[in-house]
Amino acid sequence: MILTKKYNSRYNIAMKIHLPHSAFLGNIEPFIRGFDNSNLDQLQITTNQKWVAVHPVVLVMVAALAQTVEGKNTSCEALPGYAGTYLERMGLFKHLGIDSGISIVEREPAGRFIPITKITTSDELTGLLTEMVPLLHLEPQQASSIRYIVSELVRNVLEHAKSQHGAFVAAQYHKKTNKIRIGIADTGIGIKAAIGQSHPTGNDLEALQLALTPGITGTTRKEGGTEQNAGAGLFFIKSIATANHDYFVIYSGNALYKLLKRRSSKVILHANPFEDHHSKKSDLPYWRGTVVGIDLTLDATEEFTNLLDLIRDTYSKAVRDRKKARRKKPKFI
Amino acid sequence: MMLVKLVDGIGSFAENKEKAKDIRLNKLIPTLEKGEDIILDFKNIDDATQSFIHALISDLFRKYGDEVLNRISFKNCNETVSKVITIVADYMQETD
Repeated sequence: MILTKKYNSRYNIAMKIHLPHSAFLGNIEPFIRGFDNSNLDQLQITTNQKWVAVHPVVLVMVAALAQTVEGKNTSCEALPGYAGTYLERMGLFKHLGIDSGISIVEREPAGRFIPITKITTSDELTGLLTEMVPLLHLEPQQASSIRYIVSELVRNVLEHAKSQHGAFVAAQYHKKTNKIRIGIADTGIGIKAAIGQSHPTGNDLEALQLALTPGITGTTRKEGGTEQNAGAGLFFIKSIATANHDYFVIYSGNALYKLLKRRSSKVILHANPFEDHHSKKSDLPYWRGTVVGIDLTLDATEEFTNLLDLIRDTYSKAVRDRKKARRKKPKFI
Repeated sequence: MMLVKLVDGIGSFAENKEKAKDIRLNKLIPTLEKGEDIILDFKNIDDATQSFIHALISDLFRKYGDEVLNRISFKNCNETVSKVITIVADYMQETD
């Protein structure tokens, strides 16, 4: 069965995205590789017909993508049983503009999730940040890093992405692993164009590397940033993820950077993200905009205040090292 | 001496950079220009982002140099907020 908004059978080729059996940050690459962006006028969403269990980042990507074909054509395969109910509860069909016909019985009005939420203004972000603590049932020390991450990422979108449709955010608590999974996606200009305004780069992966380096911002080449931007937001978020022993993924253009789970209990921060335990790809289907996914284990979030000391050292050292690299050398003849 | 109570209009999570900019432009800079000192009161603020603090004070370092730290005091900061302020202040003093 196909659920449609306005599906026109004249089109044979559509932008396609498939919701698989499983797609979390550890195994996100097959899902991304399955994304076919060959026709930007039409979106066809197919699903695993037995079961769909996906990270919120997958849902926000689909919702953000659907906005780009708004008023055009979107279709989505119907899902049987609980998987359909889950996607309805997370607000996916609402953002696709599709009536799923699924009715939700609210067993727990304040369940530990944040459905897909579109943020286009600063005030909407403030509202989300206020709501998310009770919605996710967070303790104060857990709330610090989670609010921090969402604020910095969404403000990045509002300030730099030039997205017509703002940022899409979703989060979910997973009881078995005691993790909060967060996904944020936009369909704006992407990291390469944003950072390239001051730091032109050859490709999307280099742009991701620069964006994750403390003190590098697309708004100026000057050390210290501008009065509104320091170029440290993504570095802070990567640092929180590093201390949290868990995944952090950023995907923009053809490139993806993934901070892998930390093997040692000792937290070491690197200004250069390629010195962290990571994987990277630069041959993925092109994503117009930026996608970020992060997992946070709630037991580990008390490290946030201690982490700030390490961040301070790494952040300042990065500036000193860049200044040193720029020093003029004596000319010996 | 001007006392700026940040929780008014900011809330317990100081993250709105536009509001930080507004305070900087309409309260902090005019006060420093008049030769007065400032107390930034973080009472009832639980957390602050680096971006918020940067938007609030980084331009003061550019305009008045590192000596601006002799003219601004930070009051009622919890440990997290103190550390974020220190990160921004260190960073601005490291830069040219």
